[in-house]
Amino acid sequence: MSNETPLWEVFIRPRNGLSHKHCGSLHAADEVLALQAARDTYTRRGEGVSIWVVPSKAIFASDPDQAAENFEPGVDKVYRHPTFYDIPEEVGHM
Amino acid sequence: MYSQGLIGADGKTEETEEFLAKFQARIDREEKIEPNDAMPEGYRKTLVRQIGQHAHSEIVGMLPEGNWITRAPSLRRKAALLAKVQDEGGHGLYLYSAAETLGVTREQMTEELLSGKAKYSSIFNYPTPTWADIGTIGWLVDGAAIMNQIPLCRCSYGPYARAMIRVCKEESFHQRQGYEILISLCNGTEEQKQMAQDSLNRWWWPSLMMFGPHDAESSHSEQSMKWKIKRFSNDELRQKFIDATVPQAEYLGLTVPDPELKWNPEKNGGKGGYDHGPLDWDEFWRVVKGGGRMNVDRIKARKKAWDDGAWVREAALAHAEKRATRRTQQAAE
Amino acid sequence: MSAPLFNALLELADDHLILGHRVSEWCGHAPLLEEDLAMPNMALDMIGAARSLYTYAGELEGEGRDEDQLAYLRYDRDYKNCLLVERPNEDFAHTMLKQLYFAAFMHPYWEAALHSSDETVRGIAGKSVKEVAYHIRHAGEWVVRLGDGTEESAQRMQAAVEALHPYVEEQFHMSSDAQAAADTDALPDREAMRTQWTNTVSNVFDQAKLTMPEVEYPQLGGRTGHHGEEMGHLLSDLQYMQRAYPNMSW
Repeated sequence: MSNETPLWEVFIRPRNGLSHKHCGSLHAADEVLALQAARDTYTRRGEGVSIWVVPSKAIFASDPDQAAENFEPGVDKVYRHPTFYDIPEEVGHM
Repeated sequence: MYSQGLIGADGKTEETEEFLAKFQARIDREEKIEPNDAMPEGYRKTLVRQIGQHAHSEIVGMLPEGNWITRAPSLRRKAALLAKVQDEGGHGLYLYSAAETLGVTREQMTEELLSGKAKYSSIFNYPTPTWADIGTIGWLVDGAAIMNQIPLCRCSYGPYARAMIRVCKEESFHQRQGYEILISLCNGTEEQKQMAQDSLNRWWWPSLMMFGPHDAESSHSEQSMKWKIKRFSNDELRQKFIDATVPQAEYLGLTVPDPELKWNPEKNGGKGGYDHGPLDWDEFWRVVKGGGRMNVDRIKARKKAWDDGAWVREAALAHAEKRATRRTQQAAE
Repeated sequence: MSAPLFNALLELADDHLILGHRVSEWCGHAPLLEEDLAMPNMALDMIGAARSLYTYAGELEGEGRDEDQLAYLRYDRDYKNCLLVERPNEDFAHTMLKQLYFAAFMHPYWEAALHSSDETVRGIAGKSVKEVAYHIRHAGEWVVRLGDGTEESAQRMQAAVEALHPYVEEQFHMSSDAQAAADTDALPDREAMRTQWTNTVSNVFDQAKLTMPEVEYPQLGGRTGHHGEEMGHLLSDLQYMQRAYPNMSW
């Protein structure tokens, strides 16, 4: 296992004003090589202006088996959305 | 570039019927399956094998075209070919990454390729003796690959589908690049036209074989279709490819090397399509099983690159360790 | 009269074409897949610069020769590249070091060329200066890792230094054409790049734990077309199609 070149996750900011978005993975021995490999692999067609690389093993993911208890309780709280409230039309845009 | 009907995955799975039914219901609702989701072992294995084969095909696919980079006849062609072969490497990289979400490492997959355990598309076991082959590969092989790959963008497994979207976007120039090379040859001298025709003669049938065995012979196809790893049958895609390609050959003034090729207005539910002669399946299986002209050379080249590169990969890891140690020491001071 | 500038541009163009050719030989054979993507990027930068330089040289010459005629259809003695760029790839250590040596020269060169009296040269410099800045980083980081990696990699890296260092000096030499182009401020004076080259490379060598050798006998001759044996083989690859099938369009 220690013989394997580590895996990294690559995040690219397409242009200033947008956030970094996950776009793929790659293998590199360290963070400098990972950034260069990300540049050489994922920005060959002008896809970005900034790169983040994160060791894949540093990412902790929520358990899909807990998806229901994690996320469904958030779906039915309609009062969190503006359309839940009735405002007379005369009041105008709010 | 790719690909051929999956060879050798059995899609066997041993979970309870209830679990399988629930999983199938998710697929039927067109829900994407993501890396940590519960999935039948057969689904996982089929994907590992298919994505692995696909990735290997991209990597081995760099060799036949790479053969012409230093000899490309103009600087414009040279730059385009370099960029294209580089893309194949990138596609291999995206695909290995997609397979790695299923719990295999790139090293494991590489070892399987080099040991001959893993398959890759047989089309790359044909040689590229002439420059025209670079045109024909772009036109036919990438053309067939695109037919295969576009439906894979909707594959039920999220990481594979996302990799394929990126691949298809990047690959859009590959086929045009190849066809343009052939236009130059076919508008050129008699020698150039002959070079193009000779190349088409050699690549036509192998390209048709890229879609894999006939549906009736393709045992694992059905399960893959049910799991929406695959969306069209081998024969459907092959027919679509022929119907799209024959007029392109006519435009070039080249003859498709199939005396039985004939327009049939009844085909495709009355829309018309081409009838074609029988494929040589002995040839297909011979190349799949290792008897193609280039099978041995391709693996030898990949193995040489991997073995010769070992000291570089080890050095990078050793240096990374030194850096990490130095950083800890500095932090402690 | 543009003849000296034409010749000086050919020197530069040949450097880029031949080094690009060498780097492109790696495509599909790199030590790891990520480098199979990185090296073609460098090769494409090199070939792209060569194309611009040949095209402009052809325009100055005014005899209707285009980039391909200049790149493909000269005899071996007419190629004016420095010997460094034609050296065989050998291994990854040689390849990265060669790239570092070349980029460490070209970066200050293109920076100076941003102030050229010639508008087209300024344009080419503006694009190239960014490309070679990245090449210094990419190749430099690898030289550091190989120099300060394992025992084997350190040996290979130092061996590459010993092998390639005699070819460094030629980069700073001025042919009479290059001198004439410098006199009109069309192209920079090569000699002036020495300090920056040394700073760039020393900085990498310090981190890589490599020693800079003393060179007793520098290898010269590329600018006058006196190439090594490997150049003929390179050209027989490069020129194969144009020679075997003359006067055709591809």
